[in-house]
Parts: sequence; C-alpha cells; structure tokens
Amino acid sequence: MAQQHRIFGLFADFEQAFEVVAGIRKYEVPGVTVDDVRIKSPIEHPEIEDVLGERPTNITKWAFGGGLFGLVFGFLFLAGAQANFTVQPQGGKPVITIPSNLVLAYEMLILFGVLATFAGFIIGARLMRKRGAFYDKAVSLDQIGIVIEMVDDTQRQQVRDLFAKHKVIDVFEETVQ
Amino acid sequence: MSDAAMKHLSDTQTKDIDENIAWAKINQDVLRSMENPRRGYWIAMAVSVALFSVMVYAEVYQYIYGMGPSLLNNSHMWDLYISTFVFWIGMSHSGTLLSAILHLVHADWRKPIYRFAEAMTTFSLMTAGIFPVIHLGRVWNFYWVMPYMTDRGIWPNFRSPLIWDAFAITAYLTSSVLFLYIGMIPDLAICRDNTKGWRKKLYTWLSLGWQGDDRQWRNFRITYLMIACFLIPLAVSVHSIVSMDFAMAIMPGWHVTTFPPYFVAGALYSGCAAIITLFILLRYFLKFEEYMTFPILDKVAKLTFVIAMVWTYLNLIEFASVWYGHDIPSKEVLLAKAFGPYAPFFWGMIAFGMFLPFTLLSKWVRRNMKVLFVVSILLNVGMWLERWMIVTPTLSLGYHPWGWNIMWPGWVEWAMVGGSFGWFGMLFLIFIKVFPCVSMYEVKEMVFHRKRTIYEDVDEMMVLHEGAPTPAEAGSTNAGGS
Repeated sequence: MAQQHRIFGLFADFEQAFEVVAGIRKYEVPGVTVDDVRIKSPIEHPEIEDVLGERPTNITKWAFGGGLFGLVFGFLFLAGAQANFTVQPQGGKPVITIPSNLVLAYEMLILFGVLATFAGFIIGARLMRKRGAFYDKAVSLDQIGIVIEMVDDTQRQQVRDLFAKHKVIDVFEETVQ
Repeated sequence: MSDAAMKHLSDTQTKDIDENIAWAKINQDVLRSMENPRRGYWIAMAVSVALFSVMVYAEVYQYIYGMGPSLLNNSHMWDLYISTFVFWIGMSHSGTLLSAILHLVHADWRKPIYRFAEAMTTFSLMTAGIFPVIHLGRVWNFYWVMPYMTDRGIWPNFRSPLIWDAFAITAYLTSSVLFLYIGMIPDLAICRDNTKGWRKKLYTWLSLGWQGDDRQWRNFRITYLMIACFLIPLAVSVHSIVSMDFAMAIMPGWHVTTFPPYFVAGALYSGCAAIITLFILLRYFLKFEEYMTFPILDKVAKLTFVIAMVWTYLNLIEFASVWYGHDIPSKEVLLAKAFGPYAPFFWGMIAFGMFLPFTLLSKWVRRNMKVLFVVSILLNVGMWLERWMIVTPTLSLGYHPWGWNIMWPGWVEWAMVGGSFGWFGMLFLIFIKVFPCVSMYEVKEMVFHRKRTIYEDVDEMMVLHEGAPTPAEAGSTNAGGS
C-alpha cells in the first residue's frame, strides 16, 4: 500500500497562500482537491471562506436547541418547584405564576442558549483534542499555514513544487501510513 | 511619559491605530505588559488589598455582632448595601453590552479596548454579588435563594424580583465569563506559544488546543456572534430586573414604570465612565500608548456623553412624572431629596451626573488624560450618589409615619462600600497580569483591514493616473507587516 503524507507549508502572507489554493483548484496537483486543504492563520481573514468554499457549521442549531431547552426546562423546573410546595400560603394567587415564570424562563433561555453555543463551538471547532504535529508557533504570530491532507508519493513532490512556486517559507511533512 | 510628550501625542495621534505596526510587535508588546507593568500597578494593587482587608474586618465584625453596627433598621433595611449592589451591577453593563453591540455593528475601534471592558463586567458582577450575601446577615444561608429540592420545604418566592435577580445575575455572569473567555482563546494560544513554566501550563489548558485553522475560525466567528446576540437582551433584562426590585415595591418614588430604561441607561453611563477610568490607568500601567490611543478615548468619551444625555432625559422624565402625577407621598419624597437632609448628595448627583458630562463636549477635556481621568471618576461618584438617592430618601419617608427617620450609614457599611472597590481592583489587577488585556489577534485584524483599505484606495487613485505602479505591484504585503 502506497504511503500517504500530510504536508504543511508556511507562507508570509495571505496572497501567496490563496494562490496555492487557486493552484489546487486548477488541478495543478492531480488527485488533490480543495477539500483536502486547511488554512491556518493568525487572524480570521474574511476571504478564507471564499477561497476554500463554504463549509457548514452547526453553531446556530446548537444555539437554537439550547435556547429552546432553556425556555421549556426553565418553565417546567419552576412550575415543578412551585407545584411541589403547595404548603406555602398562596393568598389566593395561583400556585404556578405564569408572568413571573416567563421572566425566569427567559433568563434560562439565554443561559442555556449560551451554554449550548459554547458546547457546539467546542465540538464544531474540534477543540480539546490532542494537538497534531502540524502546528508552528509562527501561525500565531504572522504567518499563514496550509495543510494538504493525504497525498501519495507522486503528489507529494507536486505539492512541494506548488508550495515552492508561491514562495513557501518552510515545509513540514508527516507520513500517515 | 512626560507632560510634554503626552501633549505632543495628544496633538499628533489622529488614527485609532497605526496600521503599519508589525504583527510581531503587537504580540511582543502585549506579552511584555503581562510581565513588566509600571510601578503604579503595584501601588494600585497595594491600595486594593488594603481596602479589601478593611472590608473583611468589617464583615467579621458584622458577623460577630450582628447587623446592629451597620446601623440598618426596620425602615432602612437595605441602604448602602443595595445602593452599592445596584452601582456594581450597573458598572458591569457597559463592558459586555457595548462590546457586543459594537461587535455587531462592526465598529473596529472596540478591538484594543473591549477585553478589559469585558473583564470589568465579570468582576463588577462578582463584586455586586457580595452585597446581597452581606446584607442577608446570615451569610452562610445564601444558597437558600436557589430553588433546590429540600426536605425542609423551603422554596424561594418566585414572585419576588429578588429571586429574579439571582437568576438574571447568574445567567449574566455565566454568559459574560464565556463571552470573555471565548474571545480570548486565540490570544491564549499565542500566550501558550510564547511562555514557559506555570504560564505555559495554564495557557495550554485554557487555549483548548487552538491552532487557528479555518474550521476553528469559522466556528469561532459564528459562536462569538451568537453569544453577542444572546448577551444584548440579557444585559438589558438584568438591569431591568434590578430596577424591579424597586419598581415592583409599593413605595413612594419607586413604583414607577420608567425605572427599567432609567436603570439601563444609568448602568451604561456609569459603565462607560468606568471604561474611561480603566482605559487611562491601563494605558499608563501597561505602557499601551500605541493601542489605547487618544482617538479611541475620544470616541468613548463622546459615547459617554451621549449616554449621559439619555440618562439625564430619563431622570428629568422621572421627576416630571412624579411632579405632575400629583401622588403626594412621591412628591414629598422628591422634595425631601431636593431640600431635606440628603439635599447635598442629591444636588451632588445632579451636578456630577447631569452637568459634568457637558465638559466632555470640549475637545481639550477629551484629549487631556489627567482631566478626563478626574471627570470619569466624578461621573461615577454622581452615579453612585444616584443609587443612594434612589434608595435612602424613599426609605426615610415611606407610607407609614412610624417608619420616618433619617439614617446615616455606619462605619461597617462604609467599610463594605470602600472594600468593594478594593475587591474589584484586586481581581481586575490580577486579571491584567495573568491574561492579555489587549486582544492581539483582533488588533492584528484591525491593522490588516485598515492597511488593506488604504492600499485599495491608493490602487483606485493609481488607476486614475494610468501607468503609475500600484502598491501591490510595488511588492506590498497584506499580512504580517513584519
């Protein structure tokens, strides 16, 4: 079985990194598509999404789910607590008080919405996982990294050539299998 | 920095940030600030610890001797404790709320200053949270406000706005901490990559394995946006609920429908003034002259003025509705505020809260750090007096004549108030020593976008003068800047 490689190149600016991606789009490395490319950068460049194509996230679903859960759970939790304590003299007022519970359920909507959004972020961004070998602290400083996943021996040299054509500063490689 | 150098900088600094600043320098300056603050930092820390120690002593004293030494009585059951609670809740508003609003409207000048403003929110809430607990007297029973299952059958009264407070503040504190933390993750990764020892361990743990790849940035952007959207109504609801502690009580001067917006405006106002104070202090302590610039300070001062005018308007509306409402007890409370024993403090509030903000119209004031620092503190003195003047005069002159009395706070209450500033200062100063209080990656974004805008403008001009080389052709870069 042919060995697979992962290649990581560091570039001085976004223009060069984007040109590498454009090269991949033009099939300069046959068999490698833009789906195999990841860009690492010190800032969030607005054009990264344009260059790589739209990639979905589920954060809004997490936020909606969390908010809905907070609203329903908040109301039911309070109603449950109130119903559980009917011993308290209510003075003719209803045991489950809808207006005040709505205020509190609203707060719970937001609290659980935020918590679920955070959970969605951790999962969606694949945080809290062991850091891969392909990271260089230059990325958190001022350089742009491009990772090409799973290339074989032939493609490996073509990727290196493509990187070199666009003034790569440094290249790292990892053999996957 | 000497006065002459400061004056020179004030006159010459016209941009929010110098777009030619190198990204490596941004990292270097911010990381240095965490290691090597000016001596003023340590003096501020010593003052904060001293104030906090006085608070601890007062609390122990109150714990041993009961609520008597605080001089609270039947009609004045809250007094400075609740006034200061409202003050700190208010203080918490500008940080997160303004940061979220400015983020949504893409006001990029927020980027160098939002981090410490959000930290201010968190620590203000943690300070505010102390007061209801202190006020309980039986501090050890504070958890009774939470609705948990118990065989004793003790359930909180969910119809009480004080319980709403507990829910709202818990939600706000949790959400604000997460908003602050999420916004800090890329910076924590920078710290992780550039530190050693305990700092490296801490930042490695907190940065959650951030590597800055496109998936992480994409999720980060949407998460930050979503939480900002959640936080805006939450912040408004929190101070509305705090206002209901008063507005839903049937007391003269409190039972007013304008209280929620009035409280929210007051909160934003005092928070903005606090941002100015902390801006000036941090700029000095951490040598952030290049990031916390005069033009940004100028914008915050103008914003403070605008919010001050909203608060002034709502204050006048409140007076007018009491005056023309012909509710005699409420009118008597208003007159007692203006001409009774608390009159100096009432007029102090009017002077500092309503009239002093007009000095912010002067460019000289906005560009003079020392004067602006004093003004910002006095604005907050005015706002603290406002809270006191909401609480105490009404409690002095309630509906029941047996409860009429003038009450002056005892040393225990004053110690708690002073100590709360020490507690806040201590937490804040520790934060800026451990975490980056200027957002490195966002300042880089700000520099990047501003530089790009300039090049695009120049490119357009070059097209008009055909034949001249554009900056892009001349070999300009758009990243790094180093």
